[in-house]
Amino acid sequence: MSRPKGGLTQANAPIYEALERFKTARVVPFDVPGHKRGKGNPELSAFLGEKCVGIDVNSMKPLDNLCHPVSVIRDAEMLAAEAFGAEEAFLMVGGTTSSVQSMVLSACKKGEKIILPRNVHRSVINALVLNGAVPVYVNPESDTRLGISLGMKMSEIENAIRENPDAVAVLLNNPTYYGVCSDIRGIVQLAHRANMLVLADEAHGTHFYFGKDMPLSAMAAGADMASVSMHKSGGSLTQSSLLLLGKGMNPGYVRQVINLTQTTSASYLLMSSLDISRRNLALRGEEVFAQVLGLARYAREEINSVGGYYAFGRELINGDSVFDFDETKLSVHTLDIGLAGIEVYDILRDEYDIQIEFGDLGNILAYLSIGDRFRDVERLVGALYEIRRRYSKSGAGLMNQEYIDPVVVKSPQEAFYASKESLPIKDTLGRVSSEFVMCYPPGIPILAPGELVTQRILDYIEYAKEKGCSMTGPQDLEILNLNVLREV
Amino acid sequence: MELWFTEKHSDDVNFSINTDRQLYSCQSEFQRIDVFESREFGRFLTLDGIMMLTEKDEFIYHEMITHVPMAVHPNVRTVLLIGAGDGGALRELSRYPTIERIDMVEIDELVVEVCRKYLPQTACRFDDPRLNLYYEDGLKFVRRKENEYDLIIVDSTDPFGPGEGLFTREFYGNCYKALKEDGIMVNQHESPFYDSSREAMQRAHKRIVESFRISRVYQAHIPTYPSGHWLFGFASKRYHPVDDLNSAAWNLLGLKTRYYNTKLHVGAFALPTYVEEILRDVE
Repeated sequence: MSRPKGGLTQANAPIYEALERFKTARVVPFDVPGHKRGKGNPELSAFLGEKCVGIDVNSMKPLDNLCHPVSVIRDAEMLAAEAFGAEEAFLMVGGTTSSVQSMVLSACKKGEKIILPRNVHRSVINALVLNGAVPVYVNPESDTRLGISLGMKMSEIENAIRENPDAVAVLLNNPTYYGVCSDIRGIVQLAHRANMLVLADEAHGTHFYFGKDMPLSAMAAGADMASVSMHKSGGSLTQSSLLLLGKGMNPGYVRQVINLTQTTSASYLLMSSLDISRRNLALRGEEVFAQVLGLARYAREEINSVGGYYAFGRELINGDSVFDFDETKLSVHTLDIGLAGIEVYDILRDEYDIQIEFGDLGNILAYLSIGDRFRDVERLVGALYEIRRRYSKSGAGLMNQEYIDPVVVKSPQEAFYASKESLPIKDTLGRVSSEFVMCYPPGIPILAPGELVTQRILDYIEYAKEKGCSMTGPQDLEILNLNVLREV
Repeated sequence: MELWFTEKHSDDVNFSINTDRQLYSCQSEFQRIDVFESREFGRFLTLDGIMMLTEKDEFIYHEMITHVPMAVHPNVRTVLLIGAGDGGALRELSRYPTIERIDMVEIDELVVEVCRKYLPQTACRFDDPRLNLYYEDGLKFVRRKENEYDLIIVDSTDPFGPGEGLFTREFYGNCYKALKEDGIMVNQHESPFYDSSREAMQRAHKRIVESFRISRVYQAHIPTYPSGHWLFGFASKRYHPVDDLNSAAWNLLGLKTRYYNTKLHVGAFALPTYVEEILRDVE
């Protein structure tokens, strides 16, 4: 394991410290960016503030270079690795999407199989479009009342590994958007015995590394790679993320893979935010997340006392497909008051000025973090009371989201690049899609490239559109047409 | 020596009072609390540096926030007071023998403690046996109540800081639910004059209009508040603030007041044209 160099501790933030030193040096810039510390763009400086534009600088010797880090960025990465209990850590500036893609691109290549649950983020399947690897989907169990996908059952993973001994990796969500965790330690053991890597999408799991009473983190479970959205529960700026490596991975190769698609002009705003947030989590994370957990438990209890709403929690744990549950995720099932989650989501925003993370057909999810206060939670609970009082009706006719088993006909890459035609969506029954369709958020595909269009999928898309879900994926932004493979 | 307390009424306007001394200063869990003594205004309380009351002009605010609804509703028995930690509204309410119960919900216990110690002019009725005092979030308290109060008085701070939840649609809706079928809600409604306060005032009115059938605004002149021109909201399920005013009945009570009277009551609902326009825009 690479260790931070002598004298550096978690109380340091090397990139931040270098930027502070750099500011006092008053270097005259004859390099990019062209706004020259904001002087060339006064309106932007006024909007973002001089402090902010003043550190929007290019890579240079005293500030290191993310593509080939040898000094302060390297130090920051080593401190991050230490803080997360990883062998190596990479600062990422293209969002956790780039972490996930680098992870997948490092683990498998064209024609190789990767085992994964279908409720993965689109970035995973996008990576398969890029490198031509073939997905082997494990059906995640569904909770029929809540209409959400759960984790992967051990028996399903065992089957997938037995049936696909040539697969090279297993990817899992730790946790899912809703907070559901699979038995990651058990999965790591199974996969490693079969010589497969384990990749964890921990976009929603940064806090597992620091909080007490949290589900197991991927690195602690012995996984080989993990993508951690520091900008979600970790408090760094949007688009900043970390890629972690476990023992036995080749960090030089992973860095090469990252550099295939990552910018050569990495933002120091993003990198310093990662550095400062890592320091904060290492020094105060336990305390911070104890607070978040307290807030979430309180909110869950209060919402469940309103009546009609169900804020689910650890009672879902069943030892297998819900091996553990992340209590900081505040998901609320709304169908019993007669409203789809997406409808509650819209009312909260339009009438109560409350923006939550997302609403799907049956649930809403409020994201609680480091920055929340009890009085904000009171507003959410108060508004949910009001929505029930003003809008509740019979739940008849509401459709629940169910897991739709995909029928994979082509690999994502083949389908994406195949010869295709655009058809009105209602005429695509029985055809193979060449593109994604998903509600965003959560960004989990209903249809991915290479999958068969079935009646259930068409019904689902129609219903989700009618309820006001924000649909994305296809070239046609109105989602009236869908690209499907030409029939030969 | 000159020691001046200064509050910014806008980015470019200061309001200053020459103070004799600072009697108290503390950061509570929610806000900074200060009490000063001055020659012109007597003692005064500020929260986060914003003027809450002075001994010299508090009567205007407290009389207007209580007697206006009390003169309209014929039979107030249960009252919910939200905020009001200085005790001024409670002092006025406690003068009505027909009130049976006053629930008061103040988020910051320290405000009450400090006022009882340093501002006995307002904090003088906390021993009223009809009073139940709760130290919790007003939004949380009221959402559990249904069909329980004849009158709710929202005596809040500004909509920035601990009071912000008391200017929201969910709060007004929860108050509607907590009121009986002929209940009235009166609230501190900010000022129409300076930009930032005007927007808050307009937004609050919009939110109240969405929740109550009758929603009117009335005014008073409060010298130590920004611009001196201050508004109150009158929201009601049944009674109209002017048409249902029972002057004779209120005057028979024989309450001695310094600002409020039933003639002024009617006049207070006649607003300047620019204020009416701001309100009409969101009705």
